[in-house]
Amino acid sequence: MDSSAIVTVLIAMLGGAIRVSTPFMFVALGETLTEKSGRINLGLEGNLVLGAMVAYAISFHTGSPWLGVLAAGVAGLILGALHGYICKLPKVNDIAVGIAFMSFGTGLAFFFGKPYIQPSAPRLESIPLGNWTGNPALAQALQVNPLFFVGIVLAVAMAWALRNTRWGLIVRMTGDSAASAKAMGVSVDLVRFLATAAGGFLAGIGGAFLSLYYPGSWNQGLSSGQGLMAVALVIFARWNPIRCIFAALLFGAAGAIGPALQSVGISQGYYFFNAAPYILTLFILIASASSKGAAREAPGELSITK
Amino acid sequence: MTAEAVPASAILLRSGNVRVKKLAETIAIPLGALLASAVLFSIFLLLLGKSPIEFFALVWTGGFGSSFAIQQSLQRAAPLLLTGLAFAIPARIGLTIIGGEGALVLGGFAAAAIAIPLVSNSAPAFLTLPIMAIFAMSAGGIWIGLAGWLRHYRGVNETISSLLLSYIAIAIMNFFVEGMLRDPSSANKPSTMPIGDAYKVGNIPGLDVHWGLAAGILLAVVLYILMSRTTFGFAARMTGGNPRAALAQGLPVGFLIVSCCMIAGACAGLAGFFEVAAIHGQANASLVAGYGFTGILVAFLARHNPLVIIPVAVLFGAIAASGGVIQRRMAMPDATVLVLQGILFVVLLVSETFYGRFKIFQPGRTGDRT
Repeated sequence: MDSSAIVTVLIAMLGGAIRVSTPFMFVALGETLTEKSGRINLGLEGNLVLGAMVAYAISFHTGSPWLGVLAAGVAGLILGALHGYICKLPKVNDIAVGIAFMSFGTGLAFFFGKPYIQPSAPRLESIPLGNWTGNPALAQALQVNPLFFVGIVLAVAMAWALRNTRWGLIVRMTGDSAASAKAMGVSVDLVRFLATAAGGFLAGIGGAFLSLYYPGSWNQGLSSGQGLMAVALVIFARWNPIRCIFAALLFGAAGAIGPALQSVGISQGYYFFNAAPYILTLFILIASASSKGAAREAPGELSITK
Repeated sequence: MTAEAVPASAILLRSGNVRVKKLAETIAIPLGALLASAVLFSIFLLLLGKSPIEFFALVWTGGFGSSFAIQQSLQRAAPLLLTGLAFAIPARIGLTIIGGEGALVLGGFAAAAIAIPLVSNSAPAFLTLPIMAIFAMSAGGIWIGLAGWLRHYRGVNETISSLLLSYIAIAIMNFFVEGMLRDPSSANKPSTMPIGDAYKVGNIPGLDVHWGLAAGILLAVVLYILMSRTTFGFAARMTGGNPRAALAQGLPVGFLIVSCCMIAGACAGLAGFFEVAAIHGQANASLVAGYGFTGILVAFLARHNPLVIIPVAVLFGAIAASGGVIQRRMAMPDATVLVLQGILFVVLLVSETFYGRFKIFQPGRTGDRT
């Protein structure tokens, strides 16, 4: 492989990282908020798929993709709120409920999404940021979707709010010690319910990106488990919204290796490289699970790290 | 009558009573959940302007209405039975393993891969099939065993790792099926070399159902005995109840966890073997049919009891078998079954909260409890 091919691959990976990372970012931010409050929602995959379907359908009927994004968020919010409500019942296991919501959300999406596989809906426009480079490949890679920036702004805002506001303090306290939250007169169930619902909203928006921008159509194989990988990504990012951005970019780049190599004619091992994000996630989990740092930064009430 | 004589017989009576009441509770609550989900799903159908009565009638006729329908249901029950066991056994030791789908796919692929040299050298079928089954079970066992190992020795959450391993397993199969082991004649749907009819697993005599069902029922019984009537099972259940106490007692917790996971993976791998050797005859994308995920639901409804998994798997086999009829007769998408399963799953988990809530299932007042 000569140097120009390497450049092509790197540019394709950069473009892939920017394109593919957005849904990861939204789901991971939603999951971070939920986990910060001390609960885990494994069902965000369902929110993602249902959000993708709803966004596409609404965009098709109204002609406004941004309305679709909003509707996807609301669909995710409803699923998240249901999850939050059910998990506050005694003896109910939040991990199992997550699996149930994953299958419920995807089931609903496939059921109502059947008529939308064929028609094409208006998609989100991207912002061309790379025209000044004069390099068509780079310009292509720097076609950035506005949702990418929304995600970054959101991550910064969330990091700031968690650290500096009263609400952030309440969420963190609920996540670290339910007993002290109760002692302060905070309703643990209410905080977790709101955090799970808000997390569901963000995951739904991540789904809208899948159907309205990249890959940019609705079908049943749209999500390849991004919603679940985002849960692992949150552990990798150690429950820090800013680190979630970089983790999402890394995952996006890993996912882009296969198609990038194929574009320079290396199709050998395409399916193997497709597995790269999963293998990366697994290794990250193994590495972070055994390091003491991760455990120290984990919310104390989280069932998954106990 | 002395004061001591009365309690002796009373306790005996009461302990019998407690068992009956507990059994009644474990039957009544899942049945109530089934009923509640049927009601919720009926409301869903009514909102869409479809008739719930027609739907459930079709599930009945499509699942159990004729001997053909029953055999179709049983055919689909076989993999669900095995993947249900694959979730239930680790659940007894306190693990939530959702990688049954991956173990099934990898097991099926391993069976198809090892069959290629055996079939091309025309090894006898009575040798080939057991070798295929052993490879399938080992591949699945290693896969889920890995998740258990990572859980115990590295502290990696088993739910997420098993799911990631699932995706990796599917990628491994795709990698070989689209590359090295691709049968050149499979143009539209890349597959491995077909094993041929001579090597296929036959049907149970008198039935149009392959031997996978018999193997599943046998395994369910064996695993029931293992988990409830042996020291291994007792130690495993104790570990599930309280891992710290089990460690303090000196139980080999790591060994127990990894063995339960390997048993689970072997069950799912065996399901993959039967999918390849009895249904498809080769490994391809058809193996990724969602049996692993429905198996989780089966195990939950059966409360992780291997014996109860048998009828529950038949019920879900019937629902799956009636999917085609429902699609044709009611003009509804095939995902209808997924919605029903999703509602059922959620309601079932919500029903967990009702254990111990109903007075009628509780034993009588013992002593002066306040």
